[in-house]
Amino acid sequence: MRAPDTNDILLEVERVVLSFGGVKALRDVSFNIRKGEIRAIIGPNGAGKTSMLNVINGFYRPNHGAITFKGRTRAKMQPFEAARGGIARTFQNVALFKGMSALDNIMAGRTLKVRRGLLWQVLRLGPALAEEVEHRRKVEEIIDFLEIETIRKVPVGRLPYGLQKRVELGRALAMEPDLLLLDEPMAGMNLEEKEDMSRFIIDVNNHYGTTIALIEHDMAVVMDLSDRVAVLDHGVKIADGTPDEVKRSQVVIDAYLGVAH
Amino acid sequence: MAGGGSFDTFPKLLLRNAAQFGTRPAFRHKDLGIWQNWTWAQVAEIVRAYAAGLDRLGLRQGDTIAVVGSNRPKLYWTMMAAQMLRAIPVPVYSDAVADELAFVLAHAEAKLVAAQDQEQVDKVLSVSDRLPQLNKIVYDEPRGLDGYDRSGLIAIGDIIEDGRAALAADVALGERIDEYVRAGNGSDIAVILYTSGTTGAPKGVMLSARGCIDAATDTTRFDKLTDKDVVLAYLPLAWAGDHYVSYVQGLVAGFCMACPESSDTIEQDRHEIGPTFYLAPPRGFEAMLTRLMVRMEDAAPLKRRLFNYFLDVARRYGEQVLTGRPVPLSGRLLYALGRWLVYEPLKNVLGLSLVRVAYTGGEAIGPDLFALYRSIGLNLKQLYGQTEAFLYVTCQPDGEIYSDTVGPAAPNVDIRIAESGEVQFRSPGMFLGYFKDQAKTAEAMTSDGYVRTGDAGFFDEKTGHLKIIDRAKDVGRLVDGTMFAPKYLENKLKFYPNIKEAITLGDSREFVCAMLNIDPVAVANWAERNNVAYGSYQELAGHPLVYDMVAKDVAAVNRSLAGEKALAGAQIRRFLILHKELDADDGELTRTQKVRRRFIAERYAPLVTALYNGAHDADISTEVTFEDGRKGTTAARVRICDMQAIGSGESLGRAA
Repeated sequence: MRAPDTNDILLEVERVVLSFGGVKALRDVSFNIRKGEIRAIIGPNGAGKTSMLNVINGFYRPNHGAITFKGRTRAKMQPFEAARGGIARTFQNVALFKGMSALDNIMAGRTLKVRRGLLWQVLRLGPALAEEVEHRRKVEEIIDFLEIETIRKVPVGRLPYGLQKRVELGRALAMEPDLLLLDEPMAGMNLEEKEDMSRFIIDVNNHYGTTIALIEHDMAVVMDLSDRVAVLDHGVKIADGTPDEVKRSQVVIDAYLGVAH
Repeated sequence: MAGGGSFDTFPKLLLRNAAQFGTRPAFRHKDLGIWQNWTWAQVAEIVRAYAAGLDRLGLRQGDTIAVVGSNRPKLYWTMMAAQMLRAIPVPVYSDAVADELAFVLAHAEAKLVAAQDQEQVDKVLSVSDRLPQLNKIVYDEPRGLDGYDRSGLIAIGDIIEDGRAALAADVALGERIDEYVRAGNGSDIAVILYTSGTTGAPKGVMLSARGCIDAATDTTRFDKLTDKDVVLAYLPLAWAGDHYVSYVQGLVAGFCMACPESSDTIEQDRHEIGPTFYLAPPRGFEAMLTRLMVRMEDAAPLKRRLFNYFLDVARRYGEQVLTGRPVPLSGRLLYALGRWLVYEPLKNVLGLSLVRVAYTGGEAIGPDLFALYRSIGLNLKQLYGQTEAFLYVTCQPDGEIYSDTVGPAAPNVDIRIAESGEVQFRSPGMFLGYFKDQAKTAEAMTSDGYVRTGDAGFFDEKTGHLKIIDRAKDVGRLVDGTMFAPKYLENKLKFYPNIKEAITLGDSREFVCAMLNIDPVAVANWAERNNVAYGSYQELAGHPLVYDMVAKDVAAVNRSLAGEKALAGAQIRRFLILHKELDADDGELTRTQKVRRRFIAERYAPLVTALYNGAHDADISTEVTFEDGRKGTTAARVRICDMQAIGSGESLGRAA
């Protein structure tokens, strides 16, 4: 699955401008994500990476530009449209239901897949029950996939950070997304946890064929994982290409190391 | 009760079970959060199809097939299917590093390897250039194997499907398989179990089908095991203990083997399954108790007092109640109350509520630990066994339990004590010899057909039960002649929750010294409760407060030694806490987690020197091997703590 079809564009962002009052977070940014690839967006702090993700999944409304997802172009996404359309995400600061178990958190990711109405759900009768069993099976497959069997019943608030990140990834996977957005999946992790997470990201891509767009600080991780990397700096895309091309780009080196102005 | 009867091979037993207990569960495995079941009839069908598939892959009579992984039904079925073709399964420790694995696979000349998952497949692939006879790797779990070269790799599920289709299409194939089963003979080699190699390279213990089945028939009868029993198959596949308890006894008695979800969920799985027969090495029971004590420390004060009070009651009356000896009425009432309030809930938490018979073996168990489990009403017994005996040499009958003996000879086992004090035996399950190693086989046997155990022991006069002191070659003497039994001392030390592992030194020395490992679970919890900050295991191990706490434990051991005439002179005079945990990957423990004393003494020679030259600290730098095979070094300065000898035994003056 890691040989992306070059012509098959899943998501296209065209000339997006986003500003908050006088602050321009994104200036005329265009890039695309191909089906089946792992796409990284990197850049120094404040470069506009998270803003970009928020535009893609409809949380922010761009001032200009257009987003084409699965062939449909619109000026902005609505979050629910994004979710229905198959975009799932994780957050820079873990956003889970702390008091609920890992299992329940991941089950929550199935919400959009539930077909029976509330009444059916409450009564837990025949078809609704059968449906729930089916959802649970899917969730258990994810639990098995992410190797978190031991913490199935543990409230996530009690889990170490690395595991919380994994549960959050599990919840995103439960949506069976076409596009998975990961906002700094390795932030605050130690080396071993990073290696584990990298492994899972590659496995998700291989096994489920999910297209992945990720934001990450750790350059080594990004270069190993990604098929293509886009570099933002102060809201402007300054480079785009394979990890090797990006690594060699003088503009990128300057942006990261800083240059005398 | 089933027993072996006229069934002298495992495939015959499998078919018997399918006919006799067809609808009863044979295997359970927790998968996707649910316990999946297979009945004996289903298993017989699957194994026959699997055997047909393996036959088509070219597995022939007398070939070996290695099995690497944790306890999974498909891996147990691999053994059954191989035996159906009169091929020989060779289970291998799944945590073995690549080199060890390569040694066993090469020595056993394995034609096929059944691997559990990607991790094991990777390991086998990494050494495949050393294994010219290796034909194919078959695997259970496909995850992560998507991108692999398919030519030498095939999923067990696919083999079973292929075999099933072939059986349906070709009647002759089915007849050929059935003919293999009929022709199977009790003298066939049923399995080769590699010993973990406390000394030197692993040796392949060959066991006959008849021997295995006869031995297990005796012990299932001894413990009244039936097809209604359940075991949790969680110990390493390659260990004689698991092979005996789960696989052989399971087939002989027709009971259900339950495989846990993963090695990390064993506690929860045990709780859910509620096994009725349970085997664990002493360290298993130790770890269970440590975790329990840690949790009790965090409990509310009232609960803690209740717990401590009734544990005292149990210590006073528990053993008598369990064996049905007279107990004063007040004691009986208190114990009944304790059972209701503490013991039964406790056993329930541990998942031991339904256990009728529990065994511990493989190593000596601390008497206090042993007594504690018995006192809360767990029928825990000791067995003394060896892979070469497969498995029981002695075991304790109900009602005749003494913590310091391992019981009388097991049924049909013949034991004698040689002049040298070494225990020797003949048993029904006795091994046929070491695979491809005549010389070692000859060394292990006496001229009249007894097996040497290498353990020193004697029969207790009062009870007639066997007492094991130590490995015959490990028992030594201090310079002044006091007996020095290292394992005995180490077990006393290890009973304390803070101490996970201990190595004592003293043979031909002036006094006894100890090198200790703290238990990270217990000590980390203590540190948290007492606001002791630390950054790493090494820092925690060297913390002055930890030293103080451990010194108290060592003093307590010395106090108990002072009460024993023969050993009062062997009190621990100096000790240190090692800066790293002993690890099998570094060769410091065997794969069954026994310490390799000699190796450790060499590896930590600077520390040993410092212990005996009066220094108060010593520098040490050691190489460590990480789980993925990478190597690194750790360096530390280790403090040495002096202890006061206790009591005024005569020998003490001299020892000092």
